[in-house]
Amino acid sequence: MIRDDSLASRLWRAIVWLVAAAFVANLFALIAVVVLNSFATRWLGAWLPSGFTPRWYSSAWSEFQLGDVLIVTFEVVFAVVALSGLVGVGAAYALARRDFPGKRAVMLLFLAPLVIPPLTYGVPMASLLYRIGLGGTFYGVVLANLVPTIPFVVLVMTPFIEQIDPRIEAAARVFGASTLSLFRRVLAPLLLPGLLAALLLALVRTIAMFELTFLTAGPDSQTLVVALYYAVFASGVRAGQSIDAMAVIYMATTLIWLVVALRFVDPTQIVARARPSAAR
Amino acid sequence: MTAAEARVERPSLRARLAARGLDATTALCLPAVIAVLALFVYPLVYGLVESLTPKAGRWYANYAAFFSDPYLYGTIFATLRLALPVTIVNLLLAVPIALRVRLMRRQRLLTTILVLPVTLGTVLVAEGLLNYLGPQGWFNRSLMTIGLIAAPMKLTNNYWGVFASLLITGFPFAFLLTLSQVTGIDPALEQAAATLGAKPSARFVRILLPLLASGLAITFALSFVQAFAVFPSAVLLGQPAGATHVISIAAYQAAFEQYDYSLGSAIALIMGAAQLIIVVAILVLRARFYRGPAGAAKG
Amino acid sequence: MTSARNSTAGALRLAGVRRAFGAYIALAGLDLEIAPGEFIALLGPSGCGKTTALNCIAGLTPLTSGSIWLGGRRIDQLPPEARGFGMVFQSYALFPHMSARRNIAFGLAMQGIPKESAEERVNEALAMVRLEAQADKPPGQMSGGQQQRVAIARAIVIRPPLVLMDEPLSNLDAKLRLEMRAEIRRIHDAIGSTTIYVTHDQDEALSLADRIVVMREGAIRQVGAPADLYERPEHPDVADFMGFRTRMTGRVVARDGERAIVEACGARLQVLARDALQPGEKALLAVRPEDLVAMRDGDGIEAEVEAIEYRGRAYFGLARAKTADELYFRSDAPLGRGQAIRLNATPDRAVAFSGPSR
Repeated sequence: MIRDDSLASRLWRAIVWLVAAAFVANLFALIAVVVLNSFATRWLGAWLPSGFTPRWYSSAWSEFQLGDVLIVTFEVVFAVVALSGLVGVGAAYALARRDFPGKRAVMLLFLAPLVIPPLTYGVPMASLLYRIGLGGTFYGVVLANLVPTIPFVVLVMTPFIEQIDPRIEAAARVFGASTLSLFRRVLAPLLLPGLLAALLLALVRTIAMFELTFLTAGPDSQTLVVALYYAVFASGVRAGQSIDAMAVIYMATTLIWLVVALRFVDPTQIVARARPSAAR
Repeated sequence: MTAAEARVERPSLRARLAARGLDATTALCLPAVIAVLALFVYPLVYGLVESLTPKAGRWYANYAAFFSDPYLYGTIFATLRLALPVTIVNLLLAVPIALRVRLMRRQRLLTTILVLPVTLGTVLVAEGLLNYLGPQGWFNRSLMTIGLIAAPMKLTNNYWGVFASLLITGFPFAFLLTLSQVTGIDPALEQAAATLGAKPSARFVRILLPLLASGLAITFALSFVQAFAVFPSAVLLGQPAGATHVISIAAYQAAFEQYDYSLGSAIALIMGAAQLIIVVAILVLRARFYRGPAGAAKG
Repeated sequence: MTSARNSTAGALRLAGVRRAFGAYIALAGLDLEIAPGEFIALLGPSGCGKTTALNCIAGLTPLTSGSIWLGGRRIDQLPPEARGFGMVFQSYALFPHMSARRNIAFGLAMQGIPKESAEERVNEALAMVRLEAQADKPPGQMSGGQQQRVAIARAIVIRPPLVLMDEPLSNLDAKLRLEMRAEIRRIHDAIGSTTIYVTHDQDEALSLADRIVVMREGAIRQVGAPADLYERPEHPDVADFMGFRTRMTGRVVARDGERAIVEACGARLQVLARDALQPGEKALLAVRPEDLVAMRDGDGIEAEVEAIEYRGRAYFGLARAKTADELYFRSDAPLGRGQAIRLNATPDRAVAFSGPSR
């Protein structure tokens, strides 16, 4: 690129990097504070805690029933991701390969849940779920979380599929492949990386998804993030350190999956381009 | 000519549908479409109907109540007072940083770090900020040690805590979107401008900005949507009954604390509508910008 | 920082220009002098450094070492916007959000030229590239040839002392390429600027340039007028480019001035000798297929026909010599596969270099 060595340019460059560094520093600091506090015996009025202990983890584990909560979280998340994948991959394939009347309407339909605040459809949905008796149950939570996740999977997968040359499928047919054969031997292996990427990203997003679960969960169907919210909300009652221990456990669960996901995808895709990057 | 030859061969229904793009493959998108219709569109419609059948009063009673009670309609302004400045700041930060980062060779580390707040989510960031921005927290301590302030600033349980939280979760999103847009601009365009005598500032104003404008509008709209939906941080880190009494809190309280689902749905829908109006306004503005490809135009 | 833009066109001089990317050396020290008004072609295969050289001259890439001078003033420290050169990019790089007219006017706007005279000059430029009818269209609505003409107009309207062109014709179809080739030379002659033209196409270079600079692997192999390079290449790489497709190794038997007798593939050939080849030394021979003619008998190289194809005016083919070398040759009569022939090299058309390891 064009190199620019004037003083003004170098000053500007320095400012930009300073701001970026400040952001990252603050981000790490706030994470570090939570981690440190979770191990602190006492931390009042000083730069660092006065001592360290791991006991808050065991107390948080029993106090917040983290074992059960983690199980529920993973049941919900895997159910949501599996269902979204099942339903989403077909839709992504259809959208990538076919131009049909009403395609724009369908794309708009998939886009809508991602641009409307979760509370806007969450409150009526919660009301509806409670009316039909699914409110506060595992199934209600799963259904609620499907709403943003299915479109997300479709949106992430469609460009992957578009990149697969459709002539490969045509070539397979010319060589005599039946539809099943075509799927098994040609499509599935090519789709797998994209599917995996989409599902991992959806998994990471669903673990952190707060509002929908918050509105539809009951005491037995809370995910970890909701349990964390309640703990922080009522933080006058409980020790800050045990809340932070829970927060660290929550961080660990999301970050493990993030690390796994990053082996397959570019971090940029986690925000899922809501529109194609080329011209309209 | 035999009778058989005289009969015109009509393509089968299947073939005719396929010619219009409707075949078995297209049908693959049906399950997803049905799911979204059932889980998203239907509850919205249900909510609309529910909001028009209030607990007491005429069909518009909920909406009338909302717009006549300052505590309620004030939530729109409280939310805007948070969402608009934060989104503007996010974009003002994202553009210059993205323009710098696209020249970097090892961007992946930076983008990975920036994905962290999005991954961790609003609740965790709120909890972290409660510690970090507190009167005894590291942020205030550092500023006092440097000597920038004499006494700790009040940054939690007020507007600023929520602002900080929205900044931390919103900036990476705006940045990553902007980065993908600026990398889509052909570098040869800037090189051409330079050879024609354009200094860096002229290149930015006359080439980059016009080409980015349309994408920035989308980024602004999406970031704004995210900020407008603020909820857990407004409760945990703000003043849910005061300065940060945002519209999502009002909807939640109506539905789950006052057990008035009808009013709750009404407020939720007003929230959606308010945000939609602003997004539509942005898109209308966007239509006035250049929206074509920004790679070098080839015949 | 004085701008080089409004200086009267002086000679462009590259002195020891070197550009390295870490361990990879793109330019290995170029020395070149270009007189004002010359049309210079930088010719070479992909990766030879010709585009890098152009970018260094334009200021888009910094030099690792060396210097660039224009009319006695050093310019390699200047940013591209201060050098005032016009550049035509391979992808045209037309600003997609501006009409052709505004694209062309851009450089004038940057110079602060008042609107009226700018408009006049833009119309002049449009007339020169014959694009008046398309003036208000955006690039997206133009064909490749039209876009290319806008790119050229945009570069010349600022009256630069130097016009740089980076393979401007490579994205056009064959017919258009021939038309535009003539246009480019006509415009160069009309405005009288110096032009540096990068290409990998030998025909383009031969037909357009006053002098050709053949590059390979970041270094200059030969500089000279097209006829010189065509008839008397000084380096096997240059010979390569000029169509000397047939290769042989041999041994020098006698040397007399520019000529030599070389024994190769079992026959004696009279060739032009390069380098300090002495009798007894190994030589690398290069000859054009059209200068290696097939006869039924005689004392040429013994060979057997492997493949032959008809090309309109003559037959061209591939033969395998008794010594197992593969030789491309010409025949005026049709031949059969497997036929035994003798290949005669037209005297003084083949070129010998010291070899074969060069």
